[in-house]
Amino acid sequence: MEYMTNIDDPVKETARILCCECGVSIEPNPANMCVACLRSRIDITEGIPKQATLHFCKGCERYLQPPAEWIHAPLESRDLLSLCLKKLKGLSRVKLVDAGFVWTEPHSKRLKVKLTVHAEVIGGAILQQVFVVEYIVNHQMCDDCHRTEAQDYWRASVQVRQKAINKKTFFYLEQLILKHKAHEQTLGIKPIHEGLDFFYANEAAARKMIDFLVAVLPCRYQHSKKLISHDIHSNIYNYKFTYSVEIVPISKDSIVCLPKKLTQQLGGIHPICLVYRTTNSIHLMDVSSGQIAEVSSTVYWRYPFNSICNPKQLTEYVIMDIEPIKNKDKKVFPGQGAISNKHIVADVWLVKASELGINDNTIHTRTHLGYILKPGDSALGYAIGDSNINDMNFDKLSRDIVPDIILVKKFYGHDKAARRRARVWKLKHLAEEVVSMSTENNEYNEFLDELEEDPEMRQNINIFRDSSKQIPVDSSEMDPSIPRITLEEMLDDLVIDDTEMGEAYQ
Amino acid sequence: MAVRLQFENNNEIGVFSKLTNSYCLVAIGGSENFYSVFEAELAETIPVIHTSIAGCRIIGRLCVGNKNGLLVPNTTTDTELQHIRNSLPDNVKVQRVEERLSALGNVIASNDYVALVHPDLDRETEEILADTLNVEVFRQTVASNILIGSYCVLSNLGGLVHPKTSIQDQDELSSLLQVPLVAGTVNRGSEVIAAGMVVNDWASFCGMDTTSTELSVIESVFKLNEATPAAITSTMRASLIESMS
Repeated sequence: MEYMTNIDDPVKETARILCCECGVSIEPNPANMCVACLRSRIDITEGIPKQATLHFCKGCERYLQPPAEWIHAPLESRDLLSLCLKKLKGLSRVKLVDAGFVWTEPHSKRLKVKLTVHAEVIGGAILQQVFVVEYIVNHQMCDDCHRTEAQDYWRASVQVRQKAINKKTFFYLEQLILKHKAHEQTLGIKPIHEGLDFFYANEAAARKMIDFLVAVLPCRYQHSKKLISHDIHSNIYNYKFTYSVEIVPISKDSIVCLPKKLTQQLGGIHPICLVYRTTNSIHLMDVSSGQIAEVSSTVYWRYPFNSICNPKQLTEYVIMDIEPIKNKDKKVFPGQGAISNKHIVADVWLVKASELGINDNTIHTRTHLGYILKPGDSALGYAIGDSNINDMNFDKLSRDIVPDIILVKKFYGHDKAARRRARVWKLKHLAEEVVSMSTENNEYNEFLDELEEDPEMRQNINIFRDSSKQIPVDSSEMDPSIPRITLEEMLDDLVIDDTEMGEAYQ
Repeated sequence: MAVRLQFENNNEIGVFSKLTNSYCLVAIGGSENFYSVFEAELAETIPVIHTSIAGCRIIGRLCVGNKNGLLVPNTTTDTELQHIRNSLPDNVKVQRVEERLSALGNVIASNDYVALVHPDLDRETEEILADTLNVEVFRQTVASNILIGSYCVLSNLGGLVHPKTSIQDQDELSSLLQVPLVAGTVNRGSEVIAAGMVVNDWASFCGMDTTSTELSVIESVFKLNEATPAAITSTMRASLIESMS
């Protein structure tokens, strides 16, 4: 049996033709042109821009994704590539096969993307082309950054003022704001003489701040608005709102002199009172009888009164003798207001600390600090009898009922530095510039001392453990009588340590 | 000699003209440019005739002819037929055919001796074709295209076929026609060759887009460069003597 040996290849061999442009012998194709000629004649990337602009916000390091979105995109990331590709308008006419970044200097503000595209050209031939598009990175500040950068970009402001000598109220207010996170919607906080300005993007946020302030401090506010622009056709008015908040100009540990009418209203309290606490109202106490009264802000503004002594005038006294007043000796009259049961009124015999040993004459007065004072202790007080006081209400009083000395608080020694060193806690701050530590350092330290002495005050405040300081194991060198904040009251601060992360990556 | 020209900004000049060894038909255009190019080349030797067929200008695609005769479709009006008859030399037979495939130029490719026709052409038409044009008729395709008239151009000296025609097909056609064939293009890569050019034994006209490479292919395959006075006595002798007889 014989087999056919030569069977023609069924695949027909096509003739080669000459390229119609350059005459090179080629396989026939739909364009009947060699690839080189086709390339030189037809540019499929014709409609695609070879340069484009990206907008980048320096502040938050985000790129603008038109129309109004800002996205985070690291260099050579997929996000950035998709953003770059979206910028190219003519890309829909060709088929995108491949895209990738060409390396450029990170600071050159240029991005280069290498694209490979396919497109159909004359007669159905598919041509592939590789090209590079250069992106110029322009800077444009995003809306968020613009808002924070231009601090005057605000619609409403809250101006908080206190016409008082010391700044204690503002230290306290700062801590309250931090505790309640009342500052979350503020665009900016600006310290001003005698107060702070808070700025907001809308009236509602400012209104919220006002409500907060009214709830925590004795204050009143006024509201005003300024017309910026208006459109008479659509009845749109553009206002800037300003709330002026005035905090009652009386701080804790001041002595006030009440008008006569107010003393009658407050249960016949003695006109000269100590401010022992401030919340959203002023808490007053007559140190000689232990009678207490509360003055709300509305009452205060109806019968305004001033402090006649402020904490700067405190002088140190040494207790020579102390004797609590028995209940039967307390004078009670009908219609008398509430009497504090947290305090014990006592008779004390004092000598000025500066005159101790020189002057043997003790001064007698009454104090509410009967619980904590014992003979030999030091206490801070005001020498009302010796001071020159300019106050309308005070002038009307007969000198007989004015006590010589009013004790305010116990004094825990002169060594303030040691006390500061032993302090293992700290507070947070809104911003460095809001309450500058350098100038008001003393006042701030006094505020911290006060926090240690007054547990009621610090229950509204977040106290953080200061990790930079060791808790002393042996506290023998410190006076055990000095009040401290216990560890249970402290919070642990969130610390994000970036350097360790960096090392881990290396 | 190959000449480039356009018909009213259109490069498909084979659609608007019909060139044979004994006459040239030219469509009636808006201007005389197209006509005058033919006139300048051919007027000394053969008549150049303005005409339309069935009121259309696409005469190159509607009729088929060689030096012996001309076939026109049955849509040709009597006046047109009369005008063509009057203008053509006396020895050229003109015949109107009843054919379903009325674009005769697209379905028939012929030189003076052989005609290649569409496989579905009417048998009656085939006979008329053989009688009128005095040719042998073969039913053929070129590069799987049945519109053989569109995809190949023939003269007595050579032929240009569709670029995709395989070597085997070229050999087969070449053996039928007894002339050398070449695959090629006109009008910068167009494969509809018959639409892009017309040719006879000594002249060729191509669309304006035709590149120099394409022109050189055309001139070499149709042996147009060799149309020197000396060539008249040798290679062109047969056709000349026949046309004079």
